[in-house]
Amino acid sequence: MKRRLAYLLPVLVFLGLLGFFFRGLFLDPKAIPSVLIDRPVPQMDLAALPGRGDTGLKSEHFKGQVSLVNIFGSWCVSCVAEHPMLMRLKAEGVVPIHGIDWRDDPVQGMLWLQKNGDPYTRVGTDPPPGRTAVDFGVTGAPESFIVDAEGRIRYKHVGIIDERNWRQTLLPIIKELQK
Amino acid sequence: MKRLILSLLLLTSAPALAVDPAEMLKDPAQEARAREIGAELRCLVCQNQSIDDSDADLAKDLRQIVRERISAGDSDSAVKQFLVDRYGDYVLLKPPFNPKTWLLWLGPLGLALAAGLVGRAYYRRQRREGAAPQPLSAEEQRELERIMKDQG
Repeated sequence: MKRRLAYLLPVLVFLGLLGFFFRGLFLDPKAIPSVLIDRPVPQMDLAALPGRGDTGLKSEHFKGQVSLVNIFGSWCVSCVAEHPMLMRLKAEGVVPIHGIDWRDDPVQGMLWLQKNGDPYTRVGTDPPPGRTAVDFGVTGAPESFIVDAEGRIRYKHVGIIDERNWRQTLLPIIKELQK
Repeated sequence: MKRLILSLLLLTSAPALAVDPAEMLKDPAQEARAREIGAELRCLVCQNQSIDDSDADLAKDLRQIVRERISAGDSDSAVKQFLVDRYGDYVLLKPPFNPKTWLLWLGPLGLALAAGLVGRAYYRRQRREGAAPQPLSAEEQRELERIMKDQG
C-alpha cells in the first residue's frame, strides 16, 4: 500500500500542476484586484471641459447617490467601442455616470464628446501626469468604478463595459448598492 | 578581434532607459534615488518592465510622480508605499514577503527540500537492498551454471 502510494504521488503532483497551469491559461494577467475597494474616492478637484457647462468633478460630487466613474480619453481607441453602451446607460438612467478625461487635451476631449455623444453627468479633466487616475490606481483606459452613496469605491472594472458584463456584474452591484 | 571587441562593448554598455533628460531632478543624489526606486516599480501597462525601462505614458507619469514625492521629502520606502497604496503590491517588481506571498518565496525551497528527502530515502533503500542481495532462485541458479559452463 505504501509502495503504491509512492508510485502514485508523482502522478498526483503532476495532475495537480496540470490543473493549476490549465486554470492559468484562462486567467487575465491584466485583471489586477484593486486595493482601493471600500476606500473613499481620492481627493480631487478636476477642471471642467471647456464649454461643457458643468463645474468639473470634485470628491464631494460622489456623496448622496450611487455613481459610476468612467476613465476615458479622446486618444483611447477602446473608449470609442465602449461609448455606445455608455450612451444607452445614460438613456436608461439607472445610474449617473461621471467621466474623467485622462491624459487628454481638454479641447480634444470636448470635441470627442461632441462627436460621439456625451453620456456623462459631470466630467473632470486629468492632464498628465494624471494624478487623480494614479490615485484611482488606473492602469489604462477605459476603466470604470462603482462608487456608493457615501463616496466609497465598491467595484473596479477594467476594460470596456459591454452588454454582458453590465448585466452579469455591474448592474447587480449597482442595484444592490441603491437599495 | 573586431567581433570580440564589439561583443565586449555591447556586453558592458548600459541599457538605454526611457528616462527623458527633461524629467530628471536637478539634485544628482535625488535623481539617483529616483532611478533606484523606478527600477523596482512595475510599469502597469507592459507588466514586465520597470517604469524606468518603459516608454508607456503611464510609466512616464509614474516617474514624474516618484520625483515629485522625492522632492517633497519622502523617504524611499514612503515613495514606494505611496504607489502600493494605489496599485497594490503588484506595482513592486520584487514582491514583499507577506501572508499572501510566502508560498511564492518558500515554494521552491520546499520543493527542493521534498526532492532531497525523497532522493535520500530512495538511495538509502537502494544501499540497504544492495548490501544484502536476494539469494538466487533455483531456476536462476541453473541458468547461471549453464552460462558459466558455456564460458568455461
